[in-house]
Amino acid sequence: MQNFYLGAWSSIGKKFLMGFTGLLLAAFVTLHLLGNLTILLGKGEAFNQYAHALERMQWLVVAMEIGLAAVFLIHIVAAVFFVLGNRTARPLSYQKVATAGNPSRKSASSATMIYTGVLLLAFTVSHLKTFKFGPGMAQGYAVQLHGETVRDLYRLVVEIFSNKWYVIGYVVAMILLGFHLRHGFWSAFQSLGVYHPRFTPAIRALGVSLAVALAFGFVFLPLWVYVRSAQFGSVALHPLAAVVHYFSGVAQ
Amino acid sequence: MTKPMTLYLSIWRQPNAKTPGKLIQYTVTDVSPAMSFLEMLDQLNRDLVRKGETPIEFDSDCREGICGTCGLVVNGIAHGPERATTVCQLHMRHFKDGDAITIEPWRAKAFPIVKDLVVDRGAFDRIVASGGYISVNTGAAPDAAAILISKEMADLAMDAAACIGCGACVAACPNASASLFVGAFLSKFALLPQGQPERKQRAQRMVSQMDAEGFGGCSNIGECEAVCPKEISLSTIARMRRDLWKALF
Repeated sequence: MQNFYLGAWSSIGKKFLMGFTGLLLAAFVTLHLLGNLTILLGKGEAFNQYAHALERMQWLVVAMEIGLAAVFLIHIVAAVFFVLGNRTARPLSYQKVATAGNPSRKSASSATMIYTGVLLLAFTVSHLKTFKFGPGMAQGYAVQLHGETVRDLYRLVVEIFSNKWYVIGYVVAMILLGFHLRHGFWSAFQSLGVYHPRFTPAIRALGVSLAVALAFGFVFLPLWVYVRSAQFGSVALHPLAAVVHYFSGVAQ
Repeated sequence: MTKPMTLYLSIWRQPNAKTPGKLIQYTVTDVSPAMSFLEMLDQLNRDLVRKGETPIEFDSDCREGICGTCGLVVNGIAHGPERATTVCQLHMRHFKDGDAITIEPWRAKAFPIVKDLVVDRGAFDRIVASGGYISVNTGAAPDAAAILISKEMADLAMDAAACIGCGACVAACPNASASLFVGAFLSKFALLPQGQPERKQRAQRMVSQMDAEGFGGCSNIGECEAVCPKEISLSTIARMRRDLWKALF
């Protein structure tokens, strides 16, 4: 029991859980972005096919979703209790706070992990509601694909991202993801006890590159969809599309 | 000779642990750039005593940067602005005439304030007492070649053993974590043959005691490494985590 406490719930145990689940989440968002890139191919067939391929995996994809939800939950619960514990460790704050500079890694990224984390949680809930649990075939979002009727997720994506405010919200959230990963990636390795004078600088550089690449990719896609739909007017399916046209007209 | 300076100090005054403290303004004149930071405070205290006021309490002992007794947060940075320097070895030449300087004690629940700038670092002693030793008498120094230790290992162990237990890591950490201290303490044993037999239980006991004392957890920000007067590396914290995990599985 004592060992279980030390391993999972001591100050070190909680960081181990956060680091381990954090790396799994980083792997997930990387795969998520790679999958989303199919939006750029063709007029939605590739993206719908990719989404349908996932749905066709049935119990396997459900099992993965449950696993992912568990990983999310462990990451959040450990982080919240970790931060609450830290808050009590210094009851009276300093009147003057400064950073000693290099080699300290105190930054807008490392000092705001809990805040970017909470905002990303709020984003994730809204994101799941919009797409995963959004309108499906029953609501008319259906399309023929290789003789099969499948959910037209592409149409939903295009409609959602023809709304300027959705695009702005997504762009902000994905920049926050970049900030979270910039500290989170190397920090996860350190929390797992992985430190090497030669490899740790490489892990840090990899973390920064991953943060920039993921944020860039996830920011690019909604912007691309927005600009395309505003430019070609190919999406007149949504009442908001008219608003978008109006604003893009003003912008020009 | 550089001309003497006048400095405007805001110093934390607190009569005891129970009574709330506050920053009090002092002006100190005739500060020589050759003085150490603590000598500057000595001069201020001399003036206060002459005026019949209570002098400011602060800890110091060797004043050579090797004992770990002194420790002040100067303008928000533990031990002040100079890298790898204790506050007793910080010299006034690093300040300018007319500077405003805020001086606060180490702040952490586990380091209760005794008076003014003096804190009780007994928590560190209790962490060491929980397992930071070798239980058996290892006798006198062994023959130089009797136990072979590589130069690299000896250097790393010595780097960790350089910790003077001043507590600046706790003071600088946004979470008031003692991880760098415990990591350094565990490392100096873990890197040498004599430390191996009790390596796992030492990690378990010291980490348990660290948490029990009310220190925060480490979120890998590295402010501790930046203020450490002995430049202890974050690698010692990673080693502590590895050792704890090896102890459990």
